[in-house]
Amino acid sequence: MPTAAIELKNITKTFGSVVANKDVCLTVNRGEILSILGENGSGKTTLMNMISGIYFPDEGQIFINGEEATIASPKDAFDYKIGMIHQHFKLVDVFTAAENIVLGINDGKYNLKRSTGEIRKICEKYGFELDLSKKVYTMSVSEKQTVEIVKVLYRGADILILDEPTAVLTPQETQKLFAVLRRMRDTGKAIIIITHKLHEVLSLSDRVAVLRKGEYVGTVETATTNESELTEMMVGHKVALNIERAEPVDPKPRLEVHHINCSNREGVKMLDDVSFTANAGEILGIAGIAGSGQRELLEAIAGLQKVDSGAVLYSNPKTGKMDNLTTKTPLQIRELGVRLSFVPEDRLGMGLVGNMDIVDNMMLRSYRKGKSMFLERKGPKDLAEHIIEELEVVTPSAATPVRRLSGGNVQKVLVGREIAASPTVLMAAYPVRGLDINSSYTIYNLLNEQKACGVAVIFVGEDLDVLLELCDRIMVIGSGRITGVVDGRTATKEQIGLLMTKTDGGEPNA
Amino acid sequence: MIAAIIRRAILLGIPLLYGSTGEIVTEKSGHLNLGIPGIMYVGGISGVIGAFLYEQACGNNVENMNAVLAILIPFLCSVVGSMLMGLIYSFLTVTLRANQNVTGLALTTFGIGIGNFFGGSLIKLTNSEMPSIVLTKTSGFYSVTLPFADDLGWFGEIFLSHEFLTYLAVIVALVVSFVLNRTRVGLNLRAVGENPATADAAGINVTKYKYLATCIGSAIAGLGGLQYVMVYTDGVWSNDAFGDRGWLAIALVIFALWKPTMAIFGSFLFGALCNIHNYIDGLGVATQELFKMLPYVVTVSVLVITSMRKKREHQPPESLGLPYFREER
Repeated sequence: MPTAAIELKNITKTFGSVVANKDVCLTVNRGEILSILGENGSGKTTLMNMISGIYFPDEGQIFINGEEATIASPKDAFDYKIGMIHQHFKLVDVFTAAENIVLGINDGKYNLKRSTGEIRKICEKYGFELDLSKKVYTMSVSEKQTVEIVKVLYRGADILILDEPTAVLTPQETQKLFAVLRRMRDTGKAIIIITHKLHEVLSLSDRVAVLRKGEYVGTVETATTNESELTEMMVGHKVALNIERAEPVDPKPRLEVHHINCSNREGVKMLDDVSFTANAGEILGIAGIAGSGQRELLEAIAGLQKVDSGAVLYSNPKTGKMDNLTTKTPLQIRELGVRLSFVPEDRLGMGLVGNMDIVDNMMLRSYRKGKSMFLERKGPKDLAEHIIEELEVVTPSAATPVRRLSGGNVQKVLVGREIAASPTVLMAAYPVRGLDINSSYTIYNLLNEQKACGVAVIFVGEDLDVLLELCDRIMVIGSGRITGVVDGRTATKEQIGLLMTKTDGGEPNA
Repeated sequence: MIAAIIRRAILLGIPLLYGSTGEIVTEKSGHLNLGIPGIMYVGGISGVIGAFLYEQACGNNVENMNAVLAILIPFLCSVVGSMLMGLIYSFLTVTLRANQNVTGLALTTFGIGIGNFFGGSLIKLTNSEMPSIVLTKTSGFYSVTLPFADDLGWFGEIFLSHEFLTYLAVIVALVVSFVLNRTRVGLNLRAVGENPATADAAGINVTKYKYLATCIGSAIAGLGGLQYVMVYTDGVWSNDAFGDRGWLAIALVIFALWKPTMAIFGSFLFGALCNIHNYIDGLGVATQELFKMLPYVVTVSVLVITSMRKKREHQPPESLGLPYFREER
């Protein structure tokens, strides 16, 4: 019987009315790698944040080495020798690796040379390759991650938590990381790794704990499980939502995406040879793990993201011709009727200006239409009042700054404005994120109305139940590649779940 | 002649060196303190008040004055005065997270107002005919130089003929440079200015560092005002005579690329550039002003060159001017 490094008992955490974790029980032993598997929003990161002292659990107990522990701050976690490697690195760019590693540690006289020697020993012990005098801003993502790992080890951590460490790594770098993690396991450290990549779970971990929508589903030995069992544990059974779905009327190709490739600023490939067709009068769902390239795809269509190669062809219903959108400016694309009601992580980020009122936000789209040098306020004002009435936006008046509205109402304003321009293509990313049931249904109805009007609707969603009930076709994207397109009426959750976690094209078991 | 020009340049540059060393300390914590001109002004008038009161207490008689007290009292007054200004700034920008630029500019206006108010009041108290306060006795103590400097020719004039505040300025700059680059405190402070979230996660008390850096930086900058009154003008305070030295000090921070050792040479260069018009014959009032522009021209050129080279070490601290709030994401 190995010793339990951490044991969680009935941990519950709520944010407002949202339950992020409910009755989670977990055990991690020394000399073991435990994977925590779950979809987006299943509460993996929240749970780990409670172990590392960022959040405090509402209910439940945490035992470390068999004794009950209270972890109220990152410092407490550090005192219990818990080290977390966050997805977003916490490093000072202009410092060297060594300076970053010793930052904030008070171990007698400051002597960078002596500390560097100690750090080098740690690197040798676990086989890290790291140039300690290299400045962080000149490092690759994988080097930065190494700095983070060495940092927690230097601080004496023997329980390591890694939040999606492979999301930013190339396959070779991932293999290297896994080798290091296995070596750490062999020296008796307890390692928790958060991931949603099934093949990594199977190749790396000793045991797998699965979370679904904040609830603990169970823990299985990796040796005795397989991919389909894990997928089923992860996505669960289908839940009926009763979203109405009309048969598409006369679907014609409206938007054809041909082999587009995109890279982000660091030069990492975000979209890899993506091709698909969006039909008018149809809702095309896009499913995928967050950050698989959904955002880049929509932005590429809207002209906001530089496309390295490939073409986005738009069949113009007015002229009957095909236009290549990649050669057009975002403004020209908008004029054609391609509307992006983008609801990114930060709701106000790309669509609305928080400090401006609803009328002014309407005007953001129409101010160019004015003929005199003064702003035309009448039209936007009518539109704002129309949206408030039609979509039942709860606001004191049209003159209230958008920032003061609740999330659902902000989304209604944003989607309402984009729909008001009678688009031909409507793209909505996560439009129901954070909304309550009623507001969500209002948004679904709006999308359905647009579909009935012959608009090509592209809906990026995270809830598979919704995607399955709302969309006519569902395209699954994984690591920037299209891993499959399924019929929304006949597909199953397991089918989509498998496609989502499949990363290397055809081989799910790579 | 050249030695005299250099000596003069150093004398003129020292207030700038104090100002920019102080500002560098503050900026390293991520706070752009545009209140420096006001703080230096307050540093000057606080010293004047201290000196004035001590001279009054001694019956305006040099015989009764103790050299140590004559130096220490204005010095401490100056430090306390400018530190209070720094405290106002840090309370507003760190605790209340007010906009740093607006706060700084307000503080400059405020500081100059305070300086002029007390300056005017003291002038009234002395019933002087002239619109200035004359503290030549205190200034005499501040202007003591090494006695043997004159015997050493140009070497003595350039290196040894200065008042103690000049040497102190250079020492402070060197110490600040050492602390920033070679100590844990410096590493922590730089981390706070670069990336407060990271510093916070590493267990560094961000608020404490920001407060201390701003207050200590202000105290250092305030000494620039003291040096100006006690040494440069030989103890004569007139309202608004301090000019744009505070802004030059801020320009010098950029010129020095946030390195105190660079600021030492930069301040002497700025001092020389500020003074160059006095050594060129046949300049009218208008053309003199053109020459006074030189320090700013040099600063702009440095900015252009460093921006083009894009070297990260030469950029301002990354979170300079941004408020830090832990729970904001």
